[in-house]
Amino acid sequence: MYELIIIGAGPAGITAAVYAARKKIKTLLISGDIGGQGLTAWLVENYMGYQFIEGRELMRKFEEQVKQFPTDVKVEVGKRAERLSRVNGGFEVSTNKGETYRAKVVILATGKRPRQLGIPGEKELLGRGVTYCAICDGPLFADVKVAVIGGGNSALEASNDMVKVADHVYLISLTSLIGDQILIDKVKVASNLTMFLEHEVLEIRGKNSVEGIRIRDLKSRHEKELDVGGVLIEIGLMPNSELAKGLVTLNRLGEVVVDCGNETGVPGFFAAGDVTSVPDKQIVIAAGEGAKAALQAHRYLQRLGK
Amino acid sequence: MAREIKVYTTPTCPYCKIAKKFLDDKGVKYQEFNVAEDKAALKEMKDKCKSLSVPTICIDNDVLVGFDEGQLKQKLGL
Repeated sequence: MYELIIIGAGPAGITAAVYAARKKIKTLLISGDIGGQGLTAWLVENYMGYQFIEGRELMRKFEEQVKQFPTDVKVEVGKRAERLSRVNGGFEVSTNKGETYRAKVVILATGKRPRQLGIPGEKELLGRGVTYCAICDGPLFADVKVAVIGGGNSALEASNDMVKVADHVYLISLTSLIGDQILIDKVKVASNLTMFLEHEVLEIRGKNSVEGIRIRDLKSRHEKELDVGGVLIEIGLMPNSELAKGLVTLNRLGEVVVDCGNETGVPGFFAAGDVTSVPDKQIVIAAGEGAKAALQAHRYLQRLGK
Repeated sequence: MAREIKVYTTPTCPYCKIAKKFLDDKGVKYQEFNVAEDKAALKEMKDKCKSLSVPTICIDNDVLVGFDEGQLKQKLGL
C-alpha cells in the first residue's frame, strides 16, 4: 500500500514525484516512459535556467533528479495504468502487466496525445503514409504530393516545412486558418500549396500505402478526390483522461477539471499538467502544476493522519 | 549469431534520437540510415519493411515502427 500513486512521468508527474519524495511520502510513479511529451519537444527555449535545451535532454535531467530519491519513488517504465477505481476511501490502479496497486491519494498526470480524425483508412495506413509527426516523417515525402490536415499553428508549420520538400501541398482545414498570422502569410505565398478551408476529410485510401484522400466542402457538400502519397495530421492534442472518466468531471475537451489547488472534487484525487483544464500547455507550467499537486496531496495526507 | 539491426531515421525526428540513445545505452550495435538523404535506404524501408514512418527498426526480419521501449526490449531479449 502506497500513500501516493502518480500516473504519468512527464514534466508534471516527475516534478510531483520529486516534491512527494522530499515530503517523505511513500510514492509509486507509474508510466510507460519517462519524459512524456517533453521528449518530443525539439528545442525548448522557455524553460527557466536554460537559454535553450533539447526536450529529451531536459527530461533526462528531470529523470536524474527524481532518481536522487530512490527510497520512496519507484519508476516502473514500460507499464501503463489501465484502470483506476475508488476502493475503501483510497484508490486502486491496475496496469497492463496485470499488477494492482493501492494508495490513499492519486495524482493523474497523463498528459495529451495527438488527436485523430477517426475516418476510414487512418488506422490502416498509419506508418504507411499517414503520420501524426510531421517533423519526423516530413522528409520522407520529398517530391510527393501530400495533404496536411489542420488549421492551427502545427498544421501551418508542417505546411511551411512541406512546401520546401514536397511536390505539392494540400492544406485542408475544417475551419478558416486559426494559427499565427505570420505563419498564415507564409503559406499564402507558397506557389505549390492549395488550401481547402471549411472542408472535411472523409476517407484516406490506399492499398499498401496512402494513394489519396476524399474531402468534402462543408458548405456545398461537394466531394473531391485528391491524389496524395502522404497525409500529415496536425489537428491538435487530446487529453489522456480515459482513466478518470466517470470518477471526476471532464470538460468539453475531455480535460480533467481542477481547481487552483489541483483538486478534482473527489477527495484524494488530484491532477496536474496537460491532462487538466489548466490553460496553456507548457513544460514550465506542467512542472509547476505537478509541484502544487504533490504539496496539496501532502496536506491531504496530513489531514487524513489526524 | 549476431542479429542484423537497421535503424531508419530522419535528422529532425525526436523519437529516432530516443530510440538510438536507448540502443546505445544498452550497448546494442546497429546500422543507421538517414532516409531523408539516402534514397536507396528509403526505398528499402518502404519495400522491405513496408514502412513509411521513422524510426523504423528492423531486427533481422522483425519490423518495429516507432519507438516502443517494451516491444524493443522484448524483440532484443533485454
